[in-house]
Amino acid sequence: MKELSFDAVVIGGGAAGMAAALELDTRGHSVLIVEREATLGGILMQCIHNGFGLIEFNEELTGPEFAQRFEEDIRNRNIQTSLRTTVLDIREEGGLKAIYCVSPSQGMMRIEARAIVLAMGCRERTRGNIRIPGTRPAGIYTAGLAQRLINIEGFIPGKDVVIIGSGDIGLIMARRMSWSGCKVHAVIEILPYPSGLTRNIVQCLDDFGIPLYLSHLVTNIYGKDRVEGIEVTPIESGALMHEKAFRIACDTVLLSVGLVPENELSRNAGIELQPATNGPWVDSTLMTTMPGVFACGNVLHVHDLVDYVVEEARRAGANAAAWLSGYRPARELRVKAGPNIRYVMPMRVNLERENRFYMRSLIVKNDARLEVRLDGAVVRSRRLAHVQPSEMLSLMLVPEELSAAGRDSTVEIALL
Amino acid sequence: MRELICITCPLGCRLVVDTDEHGEMKVTGNRCVRGEQYAREEMFNPKRVVTFTCAALLPDGSVPGPRSDLPRRVPVRTTVAFPKEKIPELLDALRGITVRLPVVRGTVVLRQALGTEVDVIVARSIASK
Repeated sequence: MKELSFDAVVIGGGAAGMAAALELDTRGHSVLIVEREATLGGILMQCIHNGFGLIEFNEELTGPEFAQRFEEDIRNRNIQTSLRTTVLDIREEGGLKAIYCVSPSQGMMRIEARAIVLAMGCRERTRGNIRIPGTRPAGIYTAGLAQRLINIEGFIPGKDVVIIGSGDIGLIMARRMSWSGCKVHAVIEILPYPSGLTRNIVQCLDDFGIPLYLSHLVTNIYGKDRVEGIEVTPIESGALMHEKAFRIACDTVLLSVGLVPENELSRNAGIELQPATNGPWVDSTLMTTMPGVFACGNVLHVHDLVDYVVEEARRAGANAAAWLSGYRPARELRVKAGPNIRYVMPMRVNLERENRFYMRSLIVKNDARLEVRLDGAVVRSRRLAHVQPSEMLSLMLVPEELSAAGRDSTVEIALL
Repeated sequence: MRELICITCPLGCRLVVDTDEHGEMKVTGNRCVRGEQYAREEMFNPKRVVTFTCAALLPDGSVPGPRSDLPRRVPVRTTVAFPKEKIPELLDALRGITVRLPVVRGTVVLRQALGTEVDVIVARSIASK
C-alpha cells in the first residue's frame, strides 16, 4: 500500500477544497487535495450558467470559469492533487490522522496528515427523501443529475418536463431544458414562496412563460415504463384540496428539493453532526469535534453562493494553518440561533479575533431587524430591507462588541 | 409604472420604473447603478447572457467515449448580454458548431454573432486526453 505524508489533506477539490488548500499553501504548509472526479472544480463544472464570482472577482462568471481561476492558481503553485481518488476512511492513528483512499492508478493509499479540511460538498435530496406516492417509472431525475447529463455527458433526459421544487438548480434547469428544445410545463413548490433566488424566477421561468405553482404538492406520479404524468394538489390553510387536484402530462420529472451535506466520512470518523445543518458541529475556527479536522463549504452547511463558500473555506484553511502552528482559541462563547433564525454558523464566537457568521432566516419579511444579544442585552441591531430563507445572511462581530461577556455568557442572534 | 426585478446580480433588487413630470424615466428601488441601467435596457432592449454547450470532438474527429474522462460537451457563453429576441436563432447557430479538443478558455467559437457586437466564447479549458 502506497504511503504519503502531508501537513494537511483537503478532502474534496471543489471551490471549498481549492480555496482552503491555497490558504494552507500560502502559510507554508504542505497540502494535498484528494478529489473523487478526474478534474478539480466539483459541481461548478456542470454549472455552465453565469452568476458566479460577483463578490470574489467583481464580475459574473460561469461555473467552469470560476473553478478554473482557482485551479490555475493551484497548478501554478504546484499544490499536489490526487484525482480520481475516493476517500474511504479517516482515523486517528499514533497521534496523527490517517486517510485511507483508493484510486484506479495508485490502488489503496494511506495518507498521514496532522490536519484535515473536510470539503466534500453536498448531494441532492431524492424522491425517497420526500416520499412522492405513485409508480416507479423511468424519467425521474434529480435536477443536478439532469444538469450533468445535458452539460457534460451530452444527453437530453426527456422532452416534456415538470420540475418539483423551486430550488435554484431546478430553476436553472427549467431554462436550460427550454433552450435545449424541451417543453417545461410547470414548476411545483410546496411552500407559499419560491426557494430559489428571485432573479432566477425572472430569467428562468418568467422569460419562458413557465408557470410556478406555489403551495402545491405533487401527490402522484403516473406511468409504467416511462413517466406519463403527475397529479398536483393545491394546499390551502395547510390542508390538501383533493377535489381541486389536477393532472399534468409529462415524460420527465426533475426534483429540486434541497441539498444535504455529504457527511458519511465525518460520521464514520465519529465527528459530531448538527441536526439543524446536517453538517459537523464546529467551533469559532471551523474545527469539528475531532481536533485538527476542519470543515467548510457545503459539507458544513448548504450555501447559496459559491462566493460565500470560498470566503468560508479560506477561513478554514487559514485556521487549519494556525492550528498546525499551535494556535488554540483561549476564550470562546456559545452562539445560539434566536427567534426566526434556523441556524448560526459557526456555533462559537472567538473573543480574541473578529468573527464572520452566516445564518439562515426562518421567515420571509420586508424591513426586518437582525439583533445580536449578549445574555439578553442587545449589542448590535441592523436593519435588513428583505429576508427570506433562501438567502443566507452574513454578519461580522468584533471582540469589542462583546467586552461585557462573562465566563458563561451566551450570544444570541435573532431576527425580528 | 412598471415593477421589475433586477437580475444583474443575485441580490434581486425590486425596481419601480416610472416617468417624472418632464416625461423622463425614473428608476427607484435599486441598490447600485447597474439597477438603473438594467431597468432602461429591460424596458427598451431586453438582453440576456446566453450560456450553452457545443459538441466536443477529439483531435482525430471522434466523439469522446463513455469511459473517457473527457466531457462530450464544451460550455460556451456570450461575452456580454445578447438581445433577447434573437436568442432562439443564436441557439440554432450554436447547435451546428463543434469544438475540437484541446481547447483554451476564451477561444471564440462565433464572432459577432448574428451581426451583433457580441462574440460567443469557450468557458472551459479542456485537454485532449
